[in-house]
Amino acid sequence: MNLGLYITQQVINAIALGSLYALVAIGLSMIFGILRMANFAHGDMMMVGGFGTLVLQATGIGFGWAAVGGIAIGALCGVIVERVAYRPVRGSPEVTLLLTSFAVTYILENLGILIFTSSAHNFPLPDWMDNAFQFSDGQITFTQINILTVVLTAVALAGLGWFVTRTDLGLGMRAAAEDMGAAHLVGLDVNRLIIVAFAIASGFAGLGGVLWAAQSGVVSYSMGFTPLLKAFVAAIIGGFGSIAGALLGGYLLGALEILIVAFLPAEVSPYRDAIVFALLIAFLLFRPNGLLKRAQEVKL
Amino acid sequence: MNGSRRILLVGVAIAVMAAFSFTAPAMMNDYFVRIITVMCINAMLVISMGLANGFTGVFSLGHMGFVAVGAYVSGVLALSDQAKASYLPDLPGWIAAIHLGYLSSTLVAALVCVVLAFLVGAPLLRLSGHFVSVATLGFLIIVNVVLVNADDYTRGARTFTGVPLQTNLPWAMGWLLLSLVILARVVYSPKGRAWRAVREDTIAAQAIGIDVLPTRLSAFVIGAFFAGAGGSLYGHYLGSFSPSSFYFAYTFSLISMLVIGGMQSLTGALIGVILVSVLSELLRNLERGFDLGFVTVPPLYGASQIALGVIFILIMIFRPSGIMGDLELSFGRIAALLHTLLHKGQKGTNT
Repeated sequence: MNLGLYITQQVINAIALGSLYALVAIGLSMIFGILRMANFAHGDMMMVGGFGTLVLQATGIGFGWAAVGGIAIGALCGVIVERVAYRPVRGSPEVTLLLTSFAVTYILENLGILIFTSSAHNFPLPDWMDNAFQFSDGQITFTQINILTVVLTAVALAGLGWFVTRTDLGLGMRAAAEDMGAAHLVGLDVNRLIIVAFAIASGFAGLGGVLWAAQSGVVSYSMGFTPLLKAFVAAIIGGFGSIAGALLGGYLLGALEILIVAFLPAEVSPYRDAIVFALLIAFLLFRPNGLLKRAQEVKL
Repeated sequence: MNGSRRILLVGVAIAVMAAFSFTAPAMMNDYFVRIITVMCINAMLVISMGLANGFTGVFSLGHMGFVAVGAYVSGVLALSDQAKASYLPDLPGWIAAIHLGYLSSTLVAALVCVVLAFLVGAPLLRLSGHFVSVATLGFLIIVNVVLVNADDYTRGARTFTGVPLQTNLPWAMGWLLLSLVILARVVYSPKGRAWRAVREDTIAAQAIGIDVLPTRLSAFVIGAFFAGAGGSLYGHYLGSFSPSSFYFAYTFSLISMLVIGGMQSLTGALIGVILVSVLSELLRNLERGFDLGFVTVPPLYGASQIALGVIFILIMIFRPSGIMGDLELSFGRIAALLHTLLHKGQKGTNT
């Protein structure tokens, strides 16, 4: 086996995985930046997006439109959750916010069980998405889904970058993340900014959910759970609250996981998640503001 | 209320509970005895969780990690030789040679958790706010990954079985009463006051000479002791369990009990356990579907959890410190309440 090709293959895997983590982590970080809230229910928007796509597909519209609809349903669900559960507790102590989001995730996952049962559902893909590309006698393989993941992530990120630097709403969102009180004082409609932030964050999670479902081939009520935990790690590595940090953290985490599985002895790879969370704890202890964030007080 | 009368009342209460726990199995349906036994174990886990989470204000999501360690450690130690040979053939010889009884394996499990809590807590409890919650969540995940992968000791993700079924109502009730008495002594001692001072204002607490880290750590470690013991009790109650028995679902149900009852109060936590257990038991029966005569409600699996989640959110919105807040339900308060009820309009005359 050619080492160069092997490494190239692993880089491709790392970028595909990192894109998914980044998509989820960005929304998590955005909401934390504005509301100081660790939103445990964020991962469930992946589930909502996945199931939304599945249901819309069953109505006969094409996969593309179904996915767009599913993502929109995810975004809408995020906005509803903000309005119904998070706005009444806004400004409460951190623990109250965290626990509220914990309860929301519990409700959403059980709604998933209630509507779609607790078993996993097949996620049908159109034929063109199942294509695989092989080079150098199969030593380098990637799928149409991999390409789509990377391209869609890049497009979404470019859109987000444009939004937060070029539009009034986006600038307002950054202002609110900087200092919510001051943003309110200068006349920004904070409620509107927060709704937009939740719509974008949940839409990103919905997109992540559709791509995740496309890669694994199934949707289930608990599909958002592991990605959410990984997104926490990614967001904290990058600097919790920073969008660029979440992006960086997502790709670093993807690279690290692939590194553990592909290059370390086989006995180590089952412990991948333990290593990842040990890294999270190390970051919290030694660099709690992550790689890209200014200092804030989180330690004694 | 003076001291000796209070001790008398506590003694009477304990005697009543003890009498109840021994006679209940003969008087009641097995279903109720099982529910009450689980409630006692959960109550012990919830009040021990409340030490760090409620009294010192360090909201740990890792409590279940200690429960899991407690269940597995005592399980491995208490397994019979045959069970060890057939289920855990790769167990190292020196561990396989140890064979402990019910009480001693429980104590060893609790002490292992104490050591673990020291090692984990010393670095992690320096963090505050959600950062400590996320970090302790990391601890829970690491425990789960290790349990799933340490096949030689735990059978991995497969069911760990063969643990002697020794937890009955008297044992569970006894441990609950023991932990309640000990924790009530500690929480309302100068130590407990330091815990609350650290929670209310870390800087002010430091200014009057309270060392924050050891103070938080003491609550965390004592909580871990009872979590480990409770895990062992639960393991000896279930007989078979797997790493997923001690993960997020159980964590959420304990947290909901703690938060709904009031995490800054021991009796609040107890009330939360009773309320949530009774409610979920009732809802679980409704969930299977029922017939109203004119309309048949189909089974709605998951509906009981949704109702619980909604109640949780309502509590967070309207009464974020739980039903009891930081009040305790004491004999004095019950007496005062009865007094007001009996003599309406004579408010202010009672103590």
